[in-house]
Amino acid sequence: MLELRHIFKTYEGKPLLNDISFTVNAGETLCLLGASGSGKSTLLRMIAGLETPDSGSILFNGMDLASTPPHLRDFGLVFQDYSLFPHLNVNENVAFGLRMRRLPPQEIAERVASSLKLVNMQGFERRRVTDLSGGEQQRVALARALAIRPRLLLFDEPLGALDKKLKDGLLEELRTILHRTQIPAIYVTHDQEEAFTIADRILILHEGRILREGAPADVWANPQSAYAAEFLGVGKVFDGVVMDGQNGKWKVSSEFGIFALDCGHEHSRGEKVHLLARLPKVQDEANVISGMVADVIFQQDRYKVTFDNGLFVYLDEPPKIGGQFAVRVRVECLS
Amino acid sequence: MPHSLNHGDAETQRKINFSALSASSYPRRGLRLNRIFLWLLPLAFLAVFFFFPLSRILTLTLSPEALTAKNLPITVSALLFTFYQAFLSTLLTLLLGLPSAVLFARFDFRGKSLLRAITAIPFMLPTVVVAAAFNSLLGQRGLLNTITNFQLPITPSPFLLILLAHVFYNTTIVIRIAGTALSSLDPKLEQTARSLGADPLRVWTHVTLPLLRPSLLAASLLVFLFDFTSFGVILLLGGSQFATLEVEIYLQAVKFLNLPLAALLSALQLVCTLIFSLLYTKYATRNTQQLNPRSSATKPTTFQQKLFVFALCSLITVYFALPLLSLPVRSLFRLEADRGQRAQIQYGFTTDYYEELFINRRGSIFYVPPIRAAFNSLAYASATVLLSLLLGFPAAFALAKPTRLEKILDPLIMLPLGSSAVMLGLGFIITYGRWLTSPLLVPFAHTLVALPFVIRTLQPAIASIPQRLRDAASTLGASPLEVWKHIDLPILRRAALAAATFAFTISLGEFGATLLIARPEYPTIPVAIERFLSQPGGLNYGQAMAMATLLMLITTASILLIEKFRPPSAGDF
Repeated sequence: MLELRHIFKTYEGKPLLNDISFTVNAGETLCLLGASGSGKSTLLRMIAGLETPDSGSILFNGMDLASTPPHLRDFGLVFQDYSLFPHLNVNENVAFGLRMRRLPPQEIAERVASSLKLVNMQGFERRRVTDLSGGEQQRVALARALAIRPRLLLFDEPLGALDKKLKDGLLEELRTILHRTQIPAIYVTHDQEEAFTIADRILILHEGRILREGAPADVWANPQSAYAAEFLGVGKVFDGVVMDGQNGKWKVSSEFGIFALDCGHEHSRGEKVHLLARLPKVQDEANVISGMVADVIFQQDRYKVTFDNGLFVYLDEPPKIGGQFAVRVRVECLS
Repeated sequence: MPHSLNHGDAETQRKINFSALSASSYPRRGLRLNRIFLWLLPLAFLAVFFFFPLSRILTLTLSPEALTAKNLPITVSALLFTFYQAFLSTLLTLLLGLPSAVLFARFDFRGKSLLRAITAIPFMLPTVVVAAAFNSLLGQRGLLNTITNFQLPITPSPFLLILLAHVFYNTTIVIRIAGTALSSLDPKLEQTARSLGADPLRVWTHVTLPLLRPSLLAASLLVFLFDFTSFGVILLLGGSQFATLEVEIYLQAVKFLNLPLAALLSALQLVCTLIFSLLYTKYATRNTQQLNPRSSATKPTTFQQKLFVFALCSLITVYFALPLLSLPVRSLFRLEADRGQRAQIQYGFTTDYYEELFINRRGSIFYVPPIRAAFNSLAYASATVLLSLLLGFPAAFALAKPTRLEKILDPLIMLPLGSSAVMLGLGFIITYGRWLTSPLLVPFAHTLVALPFVIRTLQPAIASIPQRLRDAASTLGASPLEVWKHIDLPILRRAALAAATFAFTISLGEFGATLLIARPEYPTIPVAIERFLSQPGGLNYGQAMAMATLLMLITTASILLIEKFRPPSAGDF
């Protein structure tokens, strides 16, 4: 449905977006994941028509959008700060896009009601938007975007200003709504948990390029790049040098010791590689790391266990701080 | 007194400063063509009516006729007296303001917000109204003196009246600045001091006062600045024997036609006010970090506390309400004989003073019925509103998202605030003297005074409309024109109305500049009040009271309008 072709954009002389191409398919939720400054919001604003690329084209159903101004694109946009119109009440905010389309009052009323119902905000019609909580404001903003029955929904860190609990709840609702309405969506965030929850497909953006693209599970299982692995928090990323080996099985040395690398890639002796250490899927891994446990940090569903040499792994059961501990790890190579 | 709305303006800025919401804007470099158009009108206006006259004043100051042996003693004595009265006034203002700040910051009692509002009213009133109000209560022909049949053992001297009026005007500054600092002090500091063995007095002297010092200094400097440039109050309550710099400029320019000396005095005053303004800015910015809006006010419990609250509340009520009440009362009662009518006089309630305003008497001090002054004032005020919005809107739009170059223009546009109204008038006389026959100059002068306030009201409102609101509207299907119509316009409407009312109120009450440049046949209300007050006879006095009452009512209505239209607090937008 939506297709981006070779988008370039510079900002103050520096390249911000560098040859970005991707597509969003019908009914799909695509997540643009990246740190601040990665250009992901700019990309979203370009799709909405609020900014123009230096070169490249954006197509919807095969039609170039370059000459379509934002107000004729029929894309719903939801901002992090909600951007509700302060001088209008909830009802008027949701009706805004419908009034711009000059729909008959009867239909406006029906669509506003159904949109508010969709986001569980019935009964708030007459309230001032400034009297609402952050979560409620975000629901209204979502209803406002849904009311115009957009061809595409664009989310710019929509839950960034909310606390964790509210965020998790809204995220699930949003997922349900997106599935039910089957509106394709692009969701921009820097939070990988949000991305994994909401996305059918993830694009990791770094320094203006797409670093990794794939389904959440694939991206997690195989982050491919050192940056992606670190950004997602898959495990410890460190440098190593290939010592010897052949046919995709190698021995690598690093500051944490010598490891066996079974990656199936071609490497040459003396080549520098980025390595990732994490728990293996099967326990017959040859690599064992051991040492004194320097620190254990509880992270809700896992423990980050750091050895005194700086290497860390994520475990389900915490060892004792200060004690000796050994664990089998799988070492992978990253580009 | 061009400053007399300064504080209200700062408050406006604070209230409508919700720029935290504004979208991150891409900085622009340099002036683009369409932005030059934004600047063209306001800068041309300022160049012609402010900077050129200012340069003429400064040139005249450096001429040999300015620095003469005859002019020097006048200059020195005016300078000394200005400092003397401003110092005394500031001291007395602190004397009432500091306890009042404590009262409002530390205690809860019934009618607190009303009492607080009463202390703030004078600040927005025109100087002529305040002067007339004190005159109506304590002056030679005031209520107190006439009711007691001129038998008062001691009548307040004109100098005391000036001081009282200054305190009346500026106490609210101390209450606001020191009160804010006081209520944002962490109460745990004082509690810790108590637990370390300090008695309440020593807590006050060793902890509270030292912590309040910067804000007290800032408040004092601001009060001093206002007292230093006070004109209407001194001229109307004191007369020409109380020649501050400001009054002396007026006298030299209008009565003695010694323009070089007037220019010299102006330059001297400008230097002084700039120094005080810089000092104030220094201490005021040091203050802004305190953000702790939690109220630590409690009900008075001990006997001493109750006594303090009761006594101070009574004092404030009497001090602030009586002059404002006595003005309309005095305008409705004949309490002394008019000129040449000693025999058949009837004392008591009368509407004569108001009726006289509509009659064009031969031998009166005007060539027209005095009520014409009200029409003139309204016409000038309307012209000022139009002109200042016309000039203020483009400048405010440019300053809402200024480029680096434009940031330099900002203080330039605000500079007329730093020069006194009398000086603006003097600049007009020196530069455009031969056009003084035209009534058109008055709205130009008023616009000069009002423009900074208009810009400062509009600019944050424009800047505070987050770009994302426009983006959101746009993605919802609003064309650029519809975005302007449905987003910018409704949000700015309130700010524009507030700015317009500001300009209107400033123009209505403007005294200093108008007195210098207004034609005798086109008096404004404040000028008419001055002329009535400077004439003998109960009828003239009564008409002054009537005029001042009218002006007070119009101004109060305007203030209420500003409060209504002012965009609500940050959270509301």
